[in-house]
Amino acid sequence: MELVAIFISAILINNFVLYYFLGICPFLGVSKKIDSAFSMGLAVTFVMTITAVVSWVINHWILIPHELDYLKIVSFILVIASLVQLVEMFIRKISPPLYQALGIYLPLITTNCAIMGLALLAALRDYGFAETVIFGFASGLGFTLAIIIMAGIREQLDLADVPEPLKGPAIALIVAGIMALAFMGFVGMIK
Amino acid sequence: MEVLLSIITMGAMGFLFSLGLVIAYRKLKVYEDPKIEQVAEILPQANCGACGYAGCRAFAEAVVKGEATPNSCPVGDAEVVKQIAETLGVTAAEVVKKVARLHCRGTHEAAKNRGVYIGISTCDAAHLIGGNKQCSYGCLHFGDCARACPFDAIYMSEEGLPVVIEDKCTACGKCVEACPRNLFELHPVSQGIIVFCRSRDRGPVSRKVCKNACIACGICSRACPEAIVIENNLAKITDYKKIDPEKIPEIEKCPTDSIGRLKKEDEG
Repeated sequence: MELVAIFISAILINNFVLYYFLGICPFLGVSKKIDSAFSMGLAVTFVMTITAVVSWVINHWILIPHELDYLKIVSFILVIASLVQLVEMFIRKISPPLYQALGIYLPLITTNCAIMGLALLAALRDYGFAETVIFGFASGLGFTLAIIIMAGIREQLDLADVPEPLKGPAIALIVAGIMALAFMGFVGMIK
Repeated sequence: MEVLLSIITMGAMGFLFSLGLVIAYRKLKVYEDPKIEQVAEILPQANCGACGYAGCRAFAEAVVKGEATPNSCPVGDAEVVKQIAETLGVTAAEVVKKVARLHCRGTHEAAKNRGVYIGISTCDAAHLIGGNKQCSYGCLHFGDCARACPFDAIYMSEEGLPVVIEDKCTACGKCVEACPRNLFELHPVSQGIIVFCRSRDRGPVSRKVCKNACIACGICSRACPEAIVIENNLAKITDYKKIDPEKIPEIEKCPTDSIGRLKKEDEG
């Protein structure tokens, strides 16, 4: 039951993008087309899940037993950076067009604060292994959900009659704000 | 002790991760010809697609693979071609610089209107209902070509005709596509003599609707029969290289001014 609660809360209620406002960079940068937004979501989900696993292992097997808590941030950065490199090589190998579409935002997953936030939050909340995995995976799904909804709205926005000064990033930020307000409606779903 | 421990921990983790990445890199390495990047940097980066490839990078890939020749980029000038050829170590073929040229001299004054046109002011729209001019072959004066030009090389003169600024024209062919009456054609810059009419109407008919229409009288083709013929009531240059420069004054005796050299006002 606890796991289900973590799962749902990470996707809908405490969504990383729309509740914590972490990971806004790719959220705005790659949300122009649903296809690439979906791929970005998958890449972030993958990195988040693996990061959650590896950072839990490092935290609980290496850092805590040796009382090296202060190395948490540095070692998590190391994990994330290596994983993103791996994902980048992988995507470049299997799908060059996708690699081109994600562009600079792919290596920028490294500095995506949602992933760092995920690792630190999991450590802070003292999650067990299963909880951490579920938390990481669900957070990734939550990011994917948010970025796909955003991309869907922005595809429609291209056809809409947006006032000249609000075109582009301005209207995207407004949309993101309204979406965050809408997601606030989920708060209180789980006590 | 603690310092030592943390150094060892971080060092070991860093080593392990980099080891993993090295193995992954070996397995997942994508070989990319460094020449592609070099060629892509030389290209104009207009991404106009005039070469037939999806953007400059795709063209660079094709050139490096040998599927395209360096001079197939219509936008790049001789310098670009030379640089690409040097990068690839092949000899460049001479590029002939081309420019777009208009085949009509139906100015506001010369070509008569069919009526008062108050519809959407684009050539496409006017062409749909048969045009605002009595001549059904000539320029409609709404400037679709000038709007289509990505290099600002076309402007509409006061007389109503588009003027190509030859220095700016890159022969990308966007105006050729944009003109609903196909009045633009890409010519080598060196081509001196041009037929400024596309009307296939018989002489008396075309003379009635436009002062500058070709009436197929044949003066030009008699002056230079090896290069100019009359076809479908219209003078046609079969091979501009065969035109004898000495005969140009005779060709320019054209009674309607519909063949000859570019005039100052045509060149911009």
